[in-house]
Amino acid sequence: MNLQMEMEHHRQVLIVRFIGELDHHTADQVRMKLDEAIHSQQTNHIVLSLKDLQFMDSSGIGVILGRYKLIKSKGGKMAVCDATPPVFRLLEMSGLFKIMPIYESESDALSSLEVVS
Amino acid sequence: MSEEQVLAHNFMTLTFAAKSENESFARITVAAFISQLDPTMDELSDLKTVVSEAVTNSIIHGYDSDSTGTVTITAKIERETVTITVEDRGQGIEDLDLAKEPLYTSKPELERSGMGFTIMENFMDEFEVTSEPGVGTSIRMKKRIESKKALYK
Repeated sequence: MNLQMEMEHHRQVLIVRFIGELDHHTADQVRMKLDEAIHSQQTNHIVLSLKDLQFMDSSGIGVILGRYKLIKSKGGKMAVCDATPPVFRLLEMSGLFKIMPIYESESDALSSLEVVS
Repeated sequence: MSEEQVLAHNFMTLTFAAKSENESFARITVAAFISQLDPTMDELSDLKTVVSEAVTNSIIHGYDSDSTGTVTITAKIERETVTITVEDRGQGIEDLDLAKEPLYTSKPELERSGMGFTIMENFMDEFEVTSEPGVGTSIRMKKRIESKKALYK
């Protein structure tokens, strides 16, 4: 099983859609692609769109936290949206919502990030 | 034998190379085996997650990502309870209490979240780790499946 990532820029906000499974095996490609995107001039904030993420474990938490630290060090923000119930539960258990907001949809996340930027 | 008697006792064993591409294979295989108990989507997702956590631990920590090692999973069904063991012959865990602490990781440089054991403890009814440095680690977990069938009885 693989993971696909779709990336789309809305002004300074990068939307990343995950399709497939995010585990230890697929975490490396996520790390590389997102680090590259974060270091580009275009990206101030990131929205992780999780509707089609069919599986995630603690390796996914690790890679999300790592990118969160990176974007935060550049003065940016990160948000997640549209998580399925199992993924939501894992994010909640890991305390992720203490440091970043979750929205119902990409448009909710976008409008909220555009207000703060 | 009735179907119920056949299901009363069943088991599987799976041994595979400690490669990250086998993590998905391992959790899907265990999920397929357990699906005979007719678990809910949430239960199936929990079981896949704990298998993934345990196998990832064996690969990263047990074998330090050396893929010549092997991981063995057994799953046993007794009535509506499933017992899963995940074993490696890797380097073992020096300090189990420390390893079980939420957010503790021995490999922060690999961006590990330190949530593996916490997730296994939370998602399963019983959870037990035995480990000996230089010999290996064995994780044993149990969960009672509230079969969907039970809802309609």
